Amino acid sequence: MTSVVDVANVEKTFKLYKQRHKSLKDRVLHPGKGNATELTVLQDVSFSVGEGETIGVLGRNGSGKSTLLKCICGVLQPTAGQITVRGDLAGLLELGAGFQPELSGRDNVYLSASMLGLSRRKVDSVFDEIVAFSELEKFIDTPVKFFSSGMYVRLGFAVAVTAAPDVLVVDEVLAVGDERFQAKCMDRIRQFQSDGRTILLVSHNADQVRSLCSRAVVLEKGRLVADASAGEAVKVFREHLLGTQESKATSTGEDSDVVIEWVRGVSGSFTARTNERFEFLTNVRASAPVEGAFVLELYDQAGRLVARTDATKSPISLSAGMQELNVAIEELPLLDGAYQMNIGIVSPDGDTVLAWREQIAVLEVAYVGRGAGQVALRLNVH
Amino acid sequence: MSPSARRPVEQRPVRVVSAHLSLRQRLAAIWGARELLAYLVSADVKIKYKGSFLGIMWSMVSPAMSIAIYFLVFQVILKNGVPDYVVMLWAGMLAWTLFSTIINTATGIIVQRSGIVKKVAFPREILALSTVGTATVYFFLQFIVLAILMAVMGHAPAWSELWLLPLSFLALLLLASAFGVFLSAANVYFRDTAHLVEVGIFLWFWLTPVVYSYQRTVAPMLGAKGLAWIYLINPITPIVLTFQRVLYGQTSVTATTPDHSAITVLPEWSALHYAALNGLLVAIGLALFFWAIRIFGRLQGNFAEEL
Repeated sequence: MTSVVDVANVEKTFKLYKQRHKSLKDRVLHPGKGNATELTVLQDVSFSVGEGETIGVLGRNGSGKSTLLKCICGVLQPTAGQITVRGDLAGLLELGAGFQPELSGRDNVYLSASMLGLSRRKVDSVFDEIVAFSELEKFIDTPVKFFSSGMYVRLGFAVAVTAAPDVLVVDEVLAVGDERFQAKCMDRIRQFQSDGRTILLVSHNADQVRSLCSRAVVLEKGRLVADASAGEAVKVFREHLLGTQESKATSTGEDSDVVIEWVRGVSGSFTARTNERFEFLTNVRASAPVEGAFVLELYDQAGRLVARTDATKSPISLSAGMQELNVAIEELPLLDGAYQMNIGIVSPDGDTVLAWREQIAVLEVAYVGRGAGQVALRLNVH
Repeated sequence: MSPSARRPVEQRPVRVVSAHLSLRQRLAAIWGARELLAYLVSADVKIKYKGSFLGIMWSMVSPAMSIAIYFLVFQVILKNGVPDYVVMLWAGMLAWTLFSTIINTATGIIVQRSGIVKKVAFPREILALSTVGTATVYFFLQFIVLAILMAVMGHAPAWSELWLLPLSFLALLLLASAFGVFLSAANVYFRDTAHLVEVGIFLWFWLTPVVYSYQRTVAPMLGAKGLAWIYLINPITPIVLTFQRVLYGQTSVTATTPDHSAITVLPEWSALHYAALNGLLVAIGLALFFWAIRIFGRLQGNFAEEL
């Protein structure tokens, strides 16, 4: 498979200044370089994206994922290494970034499309589609300074996706507009996928990555720590997340390492029946006594989150050493299927992950009735 | 979505993001963004005079004002005695205004447009070049007004030397683009560049024979010591002289002062001499332009961080 985006040994270093000498006058008065410290944001990052793949880029805040994206889009240049992109690339770093407030929506469509590298002929051919997608038919000849922020963003998104580039780079911009428009954007992204186009999606939302991406890379402190299938990558991401959160727990005085060792169904297997109670055991080791809360997640085969329990509803207190927890799903409202299970222990407020195990077990649900779908609804008809 | 025809991966254009792009790659990228350049220029022109009653004619107000003032000072008060002085003045101002407008607007453009520089990837040189485009639009407007004025006054240009004008115009554009591209990048790193440029342009104006005659004031003074060439180091001087030579049309005229003496207002060089000077400037302009693109390329990698 030919790669569409090739990231080779990319490194990016920023110079940080305590006090920046921004003018010629300052430079003359304060010769020397100023007190700059170097900050390496990306280090030896290499991966490639094949035609038609949707790749997630996962990372915590400050892991360098936005910097990487800006480098791929060409807004920033890597300090070392090289990025090769085949075909047109549209970067959604910010929607409507190139808009001129005084100009009409129509002029701005042409202006920002050509900024994305589109020819006038191509814009002519998709112009009506852009307007239809943004639902701004009535206002397209109004200067965009009169647009609401929602209208602004809609037009920006419409231009970028209707441009139908070979590669689309999306940086957390899907959280815009109202819910209906968000759904429309997601539809468009999925259509993009089925067209066989390539997408790079930056997110710190693991659920979104799991449901949209076939593969994902994980960045941690500027280094690539995983390049694997979406599920694997999410697992690494969560584990790294708690790896770095430990220090936070230490600082609050809760000096305890919590590790989830294993799980085991009470009956020996991980098979449950619809609308019945399911019980399993898990072994947890803690280095010191700690208060926590238990969380359970279920994902279906398509990688969609089916359920995540409310941590505050299941507080637990762990003592030092090994202990066995008994976890019961009182009534399982799912129809037949196999569900990936993740479990974790978080701090009582739910903010800090103390321990997390990704895909620790597969829960198989057996259903003998005639209902269909995913959820077991119990009707009461009089 | 319309299923647009998609090229196989192997046939798509390849874009390389790296800190080291060759001059050829840079020039190719600029050429590839020529449509964007056109949009930026038309957006600039549209925005500037949108909603104003006189519209684009406002672009004439400022140059017309300065021409009126210089005319008043040099012709009416100081009585320089040059017949149809306004044509001579306008011809020189035409070239000078193009140059100074480009330098002044290009210097600040990257900082001014930092919003898009930080968010959208396109060859940043296009921003500097868009100021060249906008200034050129106004140049042609002023040119048309001058042509109308000359027709009304019955003042003929030197028809046989008209071909010098495009050559000189090209030299002017190349020089201004080179300075503009360089200064726009420098201003990102040294924010007081814009102030320095303002002062520099003011001085430069008076070192260029636009409102006074090179032949009557500078040449005799410096020429006596064999130093006339010093004045021609200023690359704008030969260009302004060419504009005046072609549009004013005469080198020697009868003064309008009471003694009606014969005066020489422009150097009596042959057309070939002018052509050689301008040709040299085109070569210098081209070299400077490439140099500016190189420097710009080296500096632009950090724009998004410095802004």
